[in-house]
Amino acid sequence: MTEDLLQHSGEQNIKLPDGSIEKQTTTLNLGPTHPATHGVFQNILEIDGERILSAEATVGYIHRAFEKIAERRPLYQITPLTDRLNYCSSPINNMGWHMTCEKLLGVQTPKRVDYLRIIIMELARITDHVICNSVIGVDAGALSVFLYVMQYRELVYEIYEEICGSRLTTNIGRIGGFERNFNATAWQKLDKFLNEFPAALKEFENLLQRNRIFIDRTVGAGPITGERALNYGFTGPNLRASGIDYDVRVHTPYCSYQDFEFNIPVGTTGDVYDRWLVRNQEMWESLKIIRQAYEKIQQFKGEESEVYHANVPEYYLPPKQDVYTKMEALIWHFKIIMGETEIPAGEVYHSVEGGNGELGFYLISDGGRAPYRLHFRRPCFIYYQAYPELIKGSMLADAVIVMSSLNLIAGEMDA
Amino acid sequence: MELTNDHIKNRLVQKFGDEVANFTEPYGMLTFEVPKELNLKVLQFLYDDPELRFQFLTDLQAVHYPDNKGKELAVVYHLHNIRDNVRIRFKIYTAIEKPDVYTATQLYACANWMERETYDFFGVNFVGHPNLKRILNVDEMDYFPMRKEYPLEDQTRVDKDDEMFGR
Repeated sequence: MTEDLLQHSGEQNIKLPDGSIEKQTTTLNLGPTHPATHGVFQNILEIDGERILSAEATVGYIHRAFEKIAERRPLYQITPLTDRLNYCSSPINNMGWHMTCEKLLGVQTPKRVDYLRIIIMELARITDHVICNSVIGVDAGALSVFLYVMQYRELVYEIYEEICGSRLTTNIGRIGGFERNFNATAWQKLDKFLNEFPAALKEFENLLQRNRIFIDRTVGAGPITGERALNYGFTGPNLRASGIDYDVRVHTPYCSYQDFEFNIPVGTTGDVYDRWLVRNQEMWESLKIIRQAYEKIQQFKGEESEVYHANVPEYYLPPKQDVYTKMEALIWHFKIIMGETEIPAGEVYHSVEGGNGELGFYLISDGGRAPYRLHFRRPCFIYYQAYPELIKGSMLADAVIVMSSLNLIAGEMDA
Repeated sequence: MELTNDHIKNRLVQKFGDEVANFTEPYGMLTFEVPKELNLKVLQFLYDDPELRFQFLTDLQAVHYPDNKGKELAVVYHLHNIRDNVRIRFKIYTAIEKPDVYTATQLYACANWMERETYDFFGVNFVGHPNLKRILNVDEMDYFPMRKEYPLEDQTRVDKDDEMFGR
């Protein structure tokens, strides 16, 4: 048998590594482009039958050098780069970046801006979790739940469209607030979403949460203890599923999250099922936060109810009619577009609770027009290291659902 | 007792004396410098000390300061005490000719890829790292692209005439 294979490979000019025929295990290349990986992820698995002995993850297939590009760009031109990190919840990345800049510049945003931002960020969290959770369903063999909730993500994208004009890579908001106020259609669409989505989410939950097949499939798959998770730098729902109640929104409130009442769901075992449950519950909490923000915004009266940005003319495009008629507005417009505003020197770290964990921005400025150094703390780049440990000893099919339950986004990992 | 920046600073000075220096608090985060030989000792002390308990490595990255002769590369550690919710940051500086720094992988499993990324982009050689090779760039690359000697192409340069692409 061995001789046959060796002879065959010799005839075909195939160079096999030494010992690859004699060894009793199989090397399997999962990815980089495989329908089950939902993104560009390569894993070189060593399997014995269907059991995984070891795994080696390779990343970097879509590395786009954002940190280098950012070193030549003025602040506002970096926002579109952040879109492309976790593209399932790009508004959170955008807002996190704006808040980092605001921290550096010392800009105070009005309460109404904070609440508008919270609405957008929580909508983004819902879309992110909806995708992740329904994809776990897909990988466990239930395609219908995915198609079913996908139409509600569409409703959220329509809201984004009303506010900023784009859907997936949103580039939403500006330093200091938004480029324009939410219009009536946006509010209407938000109403529609808030009315229709809970029923769909409930049904989605009913289809999976107590589903015998789903439970058998996910309970005990890819567990991790809280201690290991912390050591591996887990954050977000994946960490909370292991029983550690760390959430940036509560620990270090930003954007007035301290004004809101919400719970932080935690799991116990940190397996796929717990991660699914934590995300599912977080969607309900996000809905609660959005409703509270909605009510708070309705309570603003008079001039306050029209505020949608802070008073920072240096970073904020003036109204077009002013640009044509007023000298100052023209100057600001020119300076902003050309990116000729110098930013103060300093170093700042700001983090927000992204869709899959703590998304951090470490910005060093030497006082020029662009950052001296910008580093993104991408949560899934950090916790993906644990993947070989999570799947070691499990079946091949479990490796697939563990990967989807981690909410890995290739764009974020490779930056 | 609340864990304040002053308290952390006092504990560190008690333990390491003059070795830890340049304490500042940009935007409220305690920042200090450590000699590069002591990075592991400081990390371990911050991890083990019953009052400090900085047991979460938030982030690790490098910065290149070409004009800082003999200390061109800075490696920056962001640590987080999740129980008391305090963050600190410390830096070590190393010469670019011999950028050897001890690895933190024994203490933090997450340091593995963070250090590989730092090596990949800045060429910091983490001594003792189990698998120090490139991670985001191709293996064949023979330079460290985030260093400042590799600027992005200047849009105003005139020595290139590329009619095809309308430059």
